[in-house]
Amino acid sequence: MVEPVLRLEAIRKTYNPGTPVEVEVLHGIELELGKAEFCALMGPSGSGKSTLLNVMGLLDHPTSGRLFLSAREATGLDDRALTRLRGRSIGFVFQYHHLIPAFTARENVLMPMLVDRGWPDAAMRSRADELLESVGLARWRDNLANNMSGGQQQRVAVARALAMDPPLLLADEPTGNLDTKSAQGVFDLMREVSRSRGTTVLVVTHNHALADQCDRIVELVDGQIVRDHRR
Amino acid sequence: MRDWLPFEWIAASRFLREGRLQTVSIMVGVSIGVGVIIFMSAALSGQQANIVKRVLSSQPHIVLLPPQEAARPLRGDVAQAAIVQKPLQRMRSIDQWQKIIEELRAMRPVAAVSPVASGPGFAVRGEASRSINLQGIEPESYFKIVPLEEKLVAGATRLGAQDIVIGTDLASDLGVEVGDKLNVRVASGLGATLTVSGRVDLGSKFVNQRTAFVALHTAQALLGLAGGVSAIDVTVHDIYAAEDVAQLIGASTGVAADSWIKTNAQLFLAINAQIVANTTIRFFVGLAVAFGIAAVLIVSVVQKSREIGILRAMGASRGQILRVFLLQGAALGLVGSLAGSALGAAAILLWGELMRNPDGTPLFPLDLDPKLFAAAALLATLTGLVAAFVPALRGSRMDPVVAIRG
Repeated sequence: MVEPVLRLEAIRKTYNPGTPVEVEVLHGIELELGKAEFCALMGPSGSGKSTLLNVMGLLDHPTSGRLFLSAREATGLDDRALTRLRGRSIGFVFQYHHLIPAFTARENVLMPMLVDRGWPDAAMRSRADELLESVGLARWRDNLANNMSGGQQQRVAVARALAMDPPLLLADEPTGNLDTKSAQGVFDLMREVSRSRGTTVLVVTHNHALADQCDRIVELVDGQIVRDHRR
Repeated sequence: MRDWLPFEWIAASRFLREGRLQTVSIMVGVSIGVGVIIFMSAALSGQQANIVKRVLSSQPHIVLLPPQEAARPLRGDVAQAAIVQKPLQRMRSIDQWQKIIEELRAMRPVAAVSPVASGPGFAVRGEASRSINLQGIEPESYFKIVPLEEKLVAGATRLGAQDIVIGTDLASDLGVEVGDKLNVRVASGLGATLTVSGRVDLGSKFVNQRTAFVALHTAQALLGLAGGVSAIDVTVHDIYAAEDVAQLIGASTGVAADSWIKTNAQLFLAINAQIVANTTIRFFVGLAVAFGIAAVLIVSVVQKSREIGILRAMGASRGQILRVFLLQGAALGLVGSLAGSALGAAAILLWGELMRNPDGTPLFPLDLDPKLFAAAALLATLTGLVAAFVPALRGSRMDPVVAIRG
C-alpha cells in the first residue's frame, strides 16, 4: 500500500485546557490525503477548519493524536525539527497578507529557499524565475508585492508555496478575496500544479462552485468530519 | 539581493528600508546622542589636558624632599616631657643625592630628573626689595622639567655663575630690565650681585612676583648648601600615574616623594569630579539612545508580525527571526554612530573656530582622537544589539498562527 502524504490519527485540539473556558474544537479527526490528491475542506465558520489546517501545517500542536507527513511522524518533534520539516514539506497559500511587501515577486518566491539554505545563489534565482514563469508572471518578477493586483499576488504566493517542491500544499481560502475570474484562475493554477507536479493540495473554501471541481470534498462541522466525498 | 548576504542581512535591511521614516528618525536620534557623547568627551579631555598642561608645565610631577627633623626622645625613662617643642626645620641637603638621581634616571616611568637647591631670599635694588624664592637649577636637566625657554619674555635663559632669570612681575616691581644688576641676599647675610639675563612668565602673577632662577652652585653657595640639594624634581611619562611612581620612588630610595596629585589635591579632585559628571551624562545619553532603538524595534516587531508569521510558516527558525531583529538594532547603532561621529567632529571643529581667547588662540584644544570615534561606533553597535534583544526575542517567540492572523 502506498503511504499517504498526510495521515491524521485521532487528532484532538483543545484551547485553554484546564481552565473554565476550556473548549475542544477538533474531536478526534481521522484523515488521509494521497499523492496528487486535490481536496476541498469545507464547513461553516467556527467548525474548526482553520485549526485543522494549522495542525496539518505544523503551525499548531494537536492536544492529542498523531500526525504523519510522508510516513514520518511529526507529533512530538521539537520546534527546530518541526520548523525544518514544515519549510521543506509544506507550502502555504493564505487568504490575506500573502506576500512580504518589502520584497519583490521574485524575492518572495526565493524566500523559502533562502530561509532553508541561508544564502541566495544562481540556482535559486533560476528556480524562482521558472516558477514565476509557470504562474504567468515572469514579466512582473521585479515588482514589489504591493504593486500587483490581488490575483497576481496570489499567483506569486502559489509560486512561493512551490519553491521547495513540497509534497503538500495547504491553501486557506486562497480565492476568498478575489473576483470570480481571478479566483478561477488561481484555482486552475493550483489544479494544474497538482497534476503536473504530483503535489497533494488541500484547499479550505466556502465556494461550492470551486469545491465541486475538486477530486474530494471533506466537510467539517463542529470539529468532526461529517462527510468525505470522493468524486 | 546580493549573493554574499545571508538571509538575515537581507531581511533586516529590507525591513529597515521599508520603515523608512522610523529608521531615519531613530538614526537622527542615535546620531545626536553619539554626537553629544563625542563632543563632550573631546571637550573634557581637551580641557583637562589644557588645565593639567598649564599647571604642570611650571612644576615637576614629583618632588623628592629631605626628611623632616623630628624631636629626639630622651634616653631612658627618666622623665616624661609635658611639652615637646617641635625642632626647627633647618635647610638640609638630601643625602647621597647624586646616587639617587642615577637611580631615578634608570626607572622606566621616569622621564626627567633634575636637582634643585632652593630657599628664601631677597632681591634688592636701591630702595626696593622683594622676597623671592631662589631656585638653583642645572639648566640642561631642569629645562626638561620646566621648559623655561618657552616661557621666556625677554633676554635669554642663560644661567652662568653671575646670572639670574626672574619672573616678569618681579622685574617690573623692581624696575629691572635684561642686563641690569640685581642684589640677592639671604637670611644668613650672604649676598651676591647678579645680572638679569632673562624675564620669564610662569603663568601666575603670584609665582611671577617671587620666582628667581640661578645656577645650582650659585644657590648652593648662597643658601649654605655646599655640594647639596634641597629637592630633586622629577617628571614622569604618565602624569596620572605620578602618585604610584612617587610611592615607588619613596620605597626604593627612602626619600619622601610628593606627587603633583598630592600637592594639587584640590585640582585633582576637581578633575575627577568632572570625569564622574561627564561619565554620568554620557551614560544617560547612551541609555536614552538604547531605549530609542528598543522602542522603534518593539513597534517594528508588532508591525511586522504577519511577515514574521509568514517567514515562520515558510520554515524560518526562531534563531533566524531573532538575528533579523538583532541585526536591525546593531545596524541602527552603527550607522547612527557613524553619522554621530561626523556630527561630533563638525561640532568640535566649529567650537574651535568660534570659541577663542581674546588673542585669537583657541579657548582650549579639543581632542580629535580616532580611538574615541572607534570606541563610539563599537559602543553604539553593542548598545543597538542589547537594545534590540528584547524586541527580537519577542519576535522570535511569536506563535506563527497568531502572527499570521495579525
